[in-house]
Amino acid sequence: GKTRKSLAGRLEQAFADKNVLDRQNMEEIEEALITADVGMDTTMKLIGRIEANAAQISGPEQLRTFLKQEMRKVFENVAQPAPVAETPHVVMVVGVNGVGKTTTIGKLAFQYRCQGAGVLIGAADTFRAAAVEQLTIWAQRADAAIVAHRENTDPAAVAFDTVEAGISRSIDRVIIDTAGRLHTKVNLMEQLKKIKRSIGKKLPGAPHEVLLVLDATTGQNALAQAKMFHEGIGVTGLILTKLDGTARGGIVVGICDAMKLPIHYIGVGEAMEDLQPFDHEAFIDALF
Amino acid sequence: MFDNLSDKLNSVFKKLKGHGKLSEKNIDEGLREVRMALLEADAHYRVVKQLIADIRARAIGQEVLESLTPAQQVIKIVNEELTALMGSEKEALNLSGAMPQAVMLVGLQGSGKTTTAGKLAVHLRKNGKKPYLVPLDVYRPAAIDQLKKLGEQLSVPVFDSSPEMDPVEIAQKARQKAPSEGCDTLVLDTAGRLHVDSELMNELSRIQKAIEPSDVLLIADAMTGQDAVNMAESFDQALDLGGIVLTKMDGDARGGAALSIKAVTGKPVKFIGVGEKTNALEEFHPDRMASRILGMGDMLSFIEKA
Ligand SMILES: Nc1nc2c(ncn2[C@@H]2O[C@H](COP(=O)(O)OP(=O)(O)OP(=O)(O)O)[C@@H](O)[C@H]2O)c(=O)[nH]1
Ligand SMILES: Nc1nc2c(ncn2[C@@H]2O[C@H](COP(=O)(O)OP(=O)(O)OP(=O)(O)O)[C@@H](O)[C@H]2O)c(=O)[nH]1
Ligand SMILES: [Mg+2]
Ligand SMILES: [Mg+2]
Repeated sequence: GKTRKSLAGRLEQAFADKNVLDRQNMEEIEEALITADVGMDTTMKLIGRIEANAAQISGPEQLRTFLKQEMRKVFENVAQPAPVAETPHVVMVVGVNGVGKTTTIGKLAFQYRCQGAGVLIGAADTFRAAAVEQLTIWAQRADAAIVAHRENTDPAAVAFDTVEAGISRSIDRVIIDTAGRLHTKVNLMEQLKKIKRSIGKKLPGAPHEVLLVLDATTGQNALAQAKMFHEGIGVTGLILTKLDGTARGGIVVGICDAMKLPIHYIGVGEAMEDLQPFDHEAFIDALF
Repeated sequence: MFDNLSDKLNSVFKKLKGHGKLSEKNIDEGLREVRMALLEADAHYRVVKQLIADIRARAIGQEVLESLTPAQQVIKIVNEELTALMGSEKEALNLSGAMPQAVMLVGLQGSGKTTTAGKLAVHLRKNGKKPYLVPLDVYRPAAIDQLKKLGEQLSVPVFDSSPEMDPVEIAQKARQKAPSEGCDTLVLDTAGRLHVDSELMNELSRIQKAIEPSDVLLIADAMTGQDAVNMAESFDQALDLGGIVLTKMDGDARGGAALSIKAVTGKPVKFIGVGEKTNALEEFHPDRMASRILGMGDMLSFIEKA
């Protein structure tokens, strides 16, 4: 149910009475990109590219094609997801408060189970009220096992125990949930590093993936989130949630451009099935 | 980027020596930088457009004050306009009407409603009220448990809802039960929902009709981007909001969404959330918000004194 005016519509309008790129229709383009949360920097960059190639752009169709091509380049330039080589394959999920980490873990566990993998989830959010109960329900729904300690215990110990249990029970996939934390909180980022270290202590080379969850309704702050989490613990991939609303999550264009990180999945609802592989063509189409 | 908005403005206005008038040309150059700063802060595109037009109209022809550089002069005007837009009066919770009164919390998924419910209970208790926490989120796994745990931590009674119940029914039963629990103020924690989900938006209207809460607060994440306008407009249209709470202000988000939300709803920001703990709720200060959006806290306090 997307009611907003599409970028395609805006571009049509921008070229309504003329077939040249002038100041006014550049402004239309700018508005379309900014209101999709693409951000000033990336927008200016794209507009610069349009201006540099203005000679070959003479109508909305060509402009759309050109813009899509520029964005496609961004997503094609990212790193490739690492293959699943050893078991247990350990995935750690991180992000700021309320973006959808726990829900995404439920959905991920369900996907892995559907692929026939055994899944064990570690409840390393020992801080937020009822975080463990929430994750436990998701584990049940997805038919995955869970390791949980009591509230306010050391999350690194939970992570350690989960990996240990994963090894001894020959589990294929281990997913570690972590408490939401703002990237600006130094002590909480330190705690995250400690969790990561303790996973690696139990299983050298793990975690094999560190997935950062970003909320599509977030604006420019998502860029700071991605930078700080990446600097802090080394992110391997992104998941963009809440794309079922009217927010378009354009900020990931800038993030992928700057950091060359792949987007693995998108979240499109609150149900277990509402996780889809990221398809950059579809994402770009939805931006327009 | 725009931590140095003032540097940028200084360089734009460098040529303007002495204390002449602000001319159209030099203002436009300066306002381009201001516009960038506002957009980088996530203020909505249309809102920024209008703001810049207003600021421009006010600035042209103004005498530059003795005590300020032209750059500071422009920033002063920008700051005043932002503060005015954000609302200069302090607005408290509306707790009028028949007992028990109710405050209803609504918003997108994960914005901070349940946490804010706990924080409001603390705030109410400090103000001599007897809060009753009411979990109306029957959808999200363990949402009811979350509020129950918060209530336990705070020693605030929580209505014993279960996921099989209808939210309207829960709210009505809680209201009946409040007096026997020694409570006079209900804090209604609703499930997160998308503003385009008509069925769930409708549910909120039904709750509102049944309970007639004295205040309905939109709980909005300070990190929200351009979608803030769509979201806020829809919630306001459905519920005629009483106010806004901006959460997660303890991070580094500029919080331009505050401008967008205020501009489309006209409703006051009543509180800000500044942490995960139940005491992390503060009053809203429009002037501080303005400096934050512009990314220039200290600079502004200097200019305000001029
Ligand atoms: N509409 C929609 N809602 C989502 C999506 N993913 C998660 N949610 C909702 O967002 C809210 C927060 O999700 P959680 O999974 O609890 O988020 P979290 O990151 O674990 O939160 P914390 O642990 O508190 O930091 C819940 O109401 C979820 O149902 C999505 O893709 N679409
Ligand atoms: N740093 C910070 N975190 C906050 C603040 N307010 C809420 N949170 C966190 O944000 C996350 C989501 O908060 P909730 O209260 O569960 O959000 P909600 O709106 O009830 O979520 P749903 O019921 O799933 O829609 C939790 O991790 C909270 O601890 C705040 O002001 N600052
Ligand atoms: Mg969680
Ligand atoms: Mg909640």
